[in-house]
Amino acid sequence: MRLVIALPYFWLATFFLLPFALVLAIAFGVNNPDAVPPVDLGLSLKNFRLLFTDDLYLAAWLGSLRIAATSTVLCLLLGYPMAYAIARARPGLRPLLLMAVILPFWTSFLIRVYAWMGLLASNGILNQFLRTTGLVDNPGTILGTEWAVHLGIVYGYLPFMVLPVYAALEKLDTSLLEAAADLGASPLVAFLTVTLPQSLPGILAGCLLVFIPAVGEFVIPDLLGGTGTLMIGKVLWDEFFLNSDWPLASAVAICLLVLLVGPIALFQRQQAKNLERQ
Amino acid sequence: MSARPIVSIAGVTKRFGTIAAVDGVDLDIQRGELFALLGGSGCGKTTLLRMIAGFETPDTGRVLIDGQDMTGVPPHRRPVNMMFQSYALFPHMDVAANVGYGLRREGLPAAEISRRVAEALDQVRLVDHGRRRPAQLSGGQRQRVALARALIKRPKLLLLDEPLAALDRKLREGTRFELVRLQEQLGLTFVMVTHDQEEAMSMASRLAVMNEGRIVQTGDPHEIYEHPRTRFVADFIGIANILPVDGRAWLALRPEKIGLFAARPNTDHAEHGRIVEIAYEGDRSLYRVALTDGSTLLVSTANVARHPREPWPRGQEVWLGWAADAGQRLEE
Repeated sequence: MRLVIALPYFWLATFFLLPFALVLAIAFGVNNPDAVPPVDLGLSLKNFRLLFTDDLYLAAWLGSLRIAATSTVLCLLLGYPMAYAIARARPGLRPLLLMAVILPFWTSFLIRVYAWMGLLASNGILNQFLRTTGLVDNPGTILGTEWAVHLGIVYGYLPFMVLPVYAALEKLDTSLLEAAADLGASPLVAFLTVTLPQSLPGILAGCLLVFIPAVGEFVIPDLLGGTGTLMIGKVLWDEFFLNSDWPLASAVAICLLVLLVGPIALFQRQQAKNLERQ
Repeated sequence: MSARPIVSIAGVTKRFGTIAAVDGVDLDIQRGELFALLGGSGCGKTTLLRMIAGFETPDTGRVLIDGQDMTGVPPHRRPVNMMFQSYALFPHMDVAANVGYGLRREGLPAAEISRRVAEALDQVRLVDHGRRRPAQLSGGQRQRVALARALIKRPKLLLLDEPLAALDRKLREGTRFELVRLQEQLGLTFVMVTHDQEEAMSMASRLAVMNEGRIVQTGDPHEIYEHPRTRFVADFIGIANILPVDGRAWLALRPEKIGLFAARPNTDHAEHGRIVEIAYEGDRSLYRVALTDGSTLLVSTANVARHPREPWPRGQEVWLGWAADAGQRLEE
């Protein structure tokens, strides 16, 4: 029995604690290009100091938070109506609709992002469509802009928004809406005063599930964004692979984790509350 | 002389798929009545109630409320309020917010809303419960919140969907009286739906018995009980002995109208039989008596004396007697 319980602990220790301890140790080290690995271990705060004083990094932090927040809001604006429509659909149709939302996940995320590159490139399918139909004569290129990054994040994380919101909406007691109507609420008012507040836990869960990973996103800003799109995930990658500055990259990783502890804790608390309610 | 009915249902039909839940119903409900729609599951009573509330639209016919054609008018525009069977209290609001919901929709000033909410809570004896959440209330308390929430809007008509169904027995009796008292006190019209004929009989000033989407008989409780028009009604309400007479008609004879005698009585009708079964219910006993021709009759007598323990024991030979007008002749 004890062995069985010990297994998850062992797993966590080996595959989480150990790597985390390593990264933490390296973060306090000093870059040494000649050493292997290129780190001199120590107790230097140089890397952390740099991350919070240098303009470039500050811009990257703010950029990440801003882009993640905006993408989360866009994801909510798109995902909520979708979840609502699925929850209101015929019970027989719902599993199919949910499948449709989840289906893209069965293909590689990277390949899908590449597909978006093809769609959004200056001579890509979107621009070709706009030109040939004469809708826009000289469409700019979306690829390489922040908008492409938003699109990518919203597209990639949409199921994470739709599913929790759907779960909350599906549990909604329809007699509550009838009661609201009976008491004088038009369908819109009933939605705002009954449905929306009731689906708030789902909205919160969905937003956190999108925001938290989006802050540290690397692939999407790298492939769809331009040199101007500064996100912290990309900074981390650049520091590690381009500059071979392990300590700095590790410091970025640690800071990112600390930054997200708040939202993660909030998410955990939210989920616990939900379980309690059930 | 007769005032305009507060609800007038004319030729209303509602189909779900191929089944007609409500099949050509005409009904007038007068102001100030406590009207009950009574019937078993699937008889159409709830669908009919929902059509008065506006949650269902009739396929044919019209629904008039206080003279105005409300067919097709959505529920939020009707001067009607409903108390739901599940109460449908908003879980994310406290009691006061629940009760005041309807008034907020009317756009009344906050001060007036608070005043009326306090008044409404007082009326249902929940004055100190304003800040509680529905989940923290008992079933009976939740019902009172649902009632307050519906009544606070002073509707022309209050609809009640199986109001006593979710309550336990003791609470049911108390609530029964309270609802009747409230209705009389406020002078409102109540329309309630129930499958419990005791409930309907004891509360309603007038009731309609429904079966398979149609109204079978309308009348006050006494009329329905003592003058049923069909075997269905006679059988549905209380207990009845249905005796074939004249080859094509029947006689509905209530068990309490038949007397038990030791010797042949002097009544208009008399039969000889043997007691086969006794159901002792405390206040009364129900006897199944086998007659000489093989048929059985149910007879009920009040246990007016505490002794003897078994005034008419099983197996005892007994005489039954009843008056000429004790039963109701039924053609269908």
